Amino acid sequence: MSISANRLTKEQYEQNFSDIHPPFETPDAALVEANRCLFCYDAPCMKSCPTSIDVPKFIKQITTDNIKGSAHTIFSSNIMGAGCSKVCPVEKLCEGACVFNLMHEEPIPIAKLQRYSTEIAMKKNWQLFKRKGSTGKKVAIVGAGPAGLSCAHVLSREGVDVTIFEKENKGGGLMTYGIAAYKVTPKFCEDEVNYITGIGGIEIKYNQELGKDFSLEELQKKYDAVYLGIGVGLARQLEIPGEDLQGVEDAITFIYNLREKGYPAIPVGDKVAVIGMGMTAIDAATQAKRLGAKEVTMLYRRTQEEMPCTQVELDIAMLDGCEIIWLAAPKEIKGNGKVEQLVCSVMALGEPDASGRRSPVDTGKTFTLEVDMVIKAAGQMPFAELVNRNKLENKSGKIVVKEKAATSIAGVFAGGDAVNGGKEVVDAVQAGKDGAKAIINYLGLNNV
Amino acid sequence: MADISCNFLGIKSPNPFWLASAPPTDKKYNVIRAYEAGWGGVVWKTLGSQVKNVSSRYSAVNYGGHRVMGFNNIELISDRPLEINLREITETVKEFPDRATIVSLMADNDKESWHELIKKCEDAGAMGFELNFGCPHGMTERGMGAAVGQDPEIAKMVVEWVMEKATIPVITKLTPNVHSVVPTGKAVVEAGTNALSLINTIQSVTGVDLDTFVPNPYVAGKSVYGGYCGPAVKPIALKFLTSIAQNDVTKKVPISGIGGVSTWKDAVEFMLLGSTSVQVCTAAMKHGFRIVEDMNEGLNNWMDEKGFKTIYDFIGKSVDTITHWEDLDINYHHIAKIDQDKCIHCGLCYIACEDTSHQSINLEYGRPYNKYTIKEEECVGCNLCQLMCPVNGCITMEEHRVAPEYVNWKMWQAEGRPLNDH
Repeated sequence: MSISANRLTKEQYEQNFSDIHPPFETPDAALVEANRCLFCYDAPCMKSCPTSIDVPKFIKQITTDNIKGSAHTIFSSNIMGAGCSKVCPVEKLCEGACVFNLMHEEPIPIAKLQRYSTEIAMKKNWQLFKRKGSTGKKVAIVGAGPAGLSCAHVLSREGVDVTIFEKENKGGGLMTYGIAAYKVTPKFCEDEVNYITGIGGIEIKYNQELGKDFSLEELQKKYDAVYLGIGVGLARQLEIPGEDLQGVEDAITFIYNLREKGYPAIPVGDKVAVIGMGMTAIDAATQAKRLGAKEVTMLYRRTQEEMPCTQVELDIAMLDGCEIIWLAAPKEIKGNGKVEQLVCSVMALGEPDASGRRSPVDTGKTFTLEVDMVIKAAGQMPFAELVNRNKLENKSGKIVVKEKAATSIAGVFAGGDAVNGGKEVVDAVQAGKDGAKAIINYLGLNNV
Repeated sequence: MADISCNFLGIKSPNPFWLASAPPTDKKYNVIRAYEAGWGGVVWKTLGSQVKNVSSRYSAVNYGGHRVMGFNNIELISDRPLEINLREITETVKEFPDRATIVSLMADNDKESWHELIKKCEDAGAMGFELNFGCPHGMTERGMGAAVGQDPEIAKMVVEWVMEKATIPVITKLTPNVHSVVPTGKAVVEAGTNALSLINTIQSVTGVDLDTFVPNPYVAGKSVYGGYCGPAVKPIALKFLTSIAQNDVTKKVPISGIGGVSTWKDAVEFMLLGSTSVQVCTAAMKHGFRIVEDMNEGLNNWMDEKGFKTIYDFIGKSVDTITHWEDLDINYHHIAKIDQDKCIHCGLCYIACEDTSHQSINLEYGRPYNKYTIKEEECVGCNLCQLMCPVNGCITMEEHRVAPEYVNWKMWQAEGRPLNDH
């Protein structure tokens, strides 16, 4: 057993990381599905979208050959509508609410149709929004992730000049760095960032990290307002013995490297254990398998009832051949310098906890897995230290905001994962819109 | 098993489904394929003076992702030499003597031409004639087709010429490009036609190409009005059919119904409104002759279910249910009811009623599913919500009579009852 890179042929990598939800191959194929849409009134799909995309309208526009209008409808509500069509857990959002479900029929493939319109718009580089005349106002945004980009786009439309400070060398945030490559490619993420900033009035300064390359005070001085879309970053530690052994990695770093360095360069074990059952855990487990790991076992301390990922995601993992062990919590990682064994506690469900889910209780029994790699996907933690240092009111590192976006410091706004602790891309996009609205109010631009 | 055979003026066919005079019946090859597929009869594509056709010839109206909801053509009558057609008719009748092989005719506008054509076709073995008084394009400019059917006097004259010569049954096909088919229908029945068929195609422009700005079908930068047919024209055909089936003069002769028949159900509707046989074209052009299989089986199963032994047990059964508006019962009232167990919360009933009807549906906001209920006191019973609902049986119309007795508009007025109860 060992951890090694370059396990597969080029063709195998290509096949394993090809688009998991391929697009419609022809306009006719899209039309068949678009024409199925009932064009619901006060549509459940629209109400289930955090950005409230007018789904029936954009689908209707596909059927009338008004693709430009369709894309405009999507982007008006969600400027990352192209990316969201690939990464949204639609089974619990729009498609999950589609009324066809109530007829026990397949829901309308909303994401696929959204991808259809937005892909054409991006390919043809239709710039569907025009900036208003300059207001002379300048806003700094920290973080070029979904929240920051969404906020920037709305502000730019309103005639505000935006500068985004991004600590990485690419924009897109978790979209670029934290999602399985078979959902979105790094190339697509780059195209999407360029498409969004194509409106003009948005400058992204890369390799600029808050607290290192510049301070919040500096931004406050130089700009009329500041928006913090700094996300979450630190992987939650397991706090168990052996966590420092070679072969223990956190899922975020694993996925980040995979997207930065290319598939063959990523080492993966023969027998991999993945801790957690969220979307990131699934992305890590499936990609470990797709990189050539012989066995991947996912461990979750509760049961399928309580799992944070969707059934669709779990199915991807299971179809990839990942083993699932419910009611198992990591207790100790053993090894001589390198990971050799993972000792797990057998859990049982007790009383409901704060989240309303029944909390896992240690039964005292244990079992041991022979593994050579452990990937931790037990959630991410907010940048508590950074937030505290900047004297932002927060709750365990999550920035507290009023009226959806205003922080405890006047002129400083925040949104996205940094506030909610880590939700979907689409939630961050909405947060960015809310932030822009609050900033426009704050700058007194809403009456202009 | 019901008996679905048809006897149309002595012309027998194993079922009442004939192919209409049109491209599918242009030559022996097609007709033989149709008979092999199970069609009861054909009306051979119109024979008459020699013509030349153009390219293109067809265009269509698509709707909601469905192709060919409506169809139009600018093709003329048969452009093949008469002798070839006659020879093939002879061969076809010989091969399939049990089918109704009827020949459509459109001679030049003089008696001798008609007589000559009739003689040749009878000699070839035609079992009956259908006079094409309906072709709406091309032939009209030469005083033929719809030009005849639109003028009762001319139609009468031509039928009289035909009846002098013909020894086999004569069906006169009517054009719908008139305000009423009854005047011409009456005229040709009085002139002695043995039967009527309707409708021919309706003059139309199916659409304009948004890139070339030229309507369809396209012929070297130009277009012309084409004859419209297909599912879209069925309601118009049924209306014209009813008016012929109800008129005291025209109802004396059998009718062959035409216009958007695509399924056995369409056919039954035509028969309930007075057709003895039905003719099909567009549906066959869309799907091929195989559609007759389900037409035969569907008609048979339906007749068994209803207890009809022959088609004559139900032909014309619905004719008298179409009345005058002023005879409708004003005291009849029904109210929509939404079955909450079947409702999928699409809101289509609500928005139709709220925006365009009587604001009779209540919306109780929910996330993501709203609840929709009928405001019974507001509902006028218009059916709109039921028509828009995508779930069969979810919205039903329940009878709530205003009063038990029948009262129509004439009685209402005579009694001086209030006109406006809003």
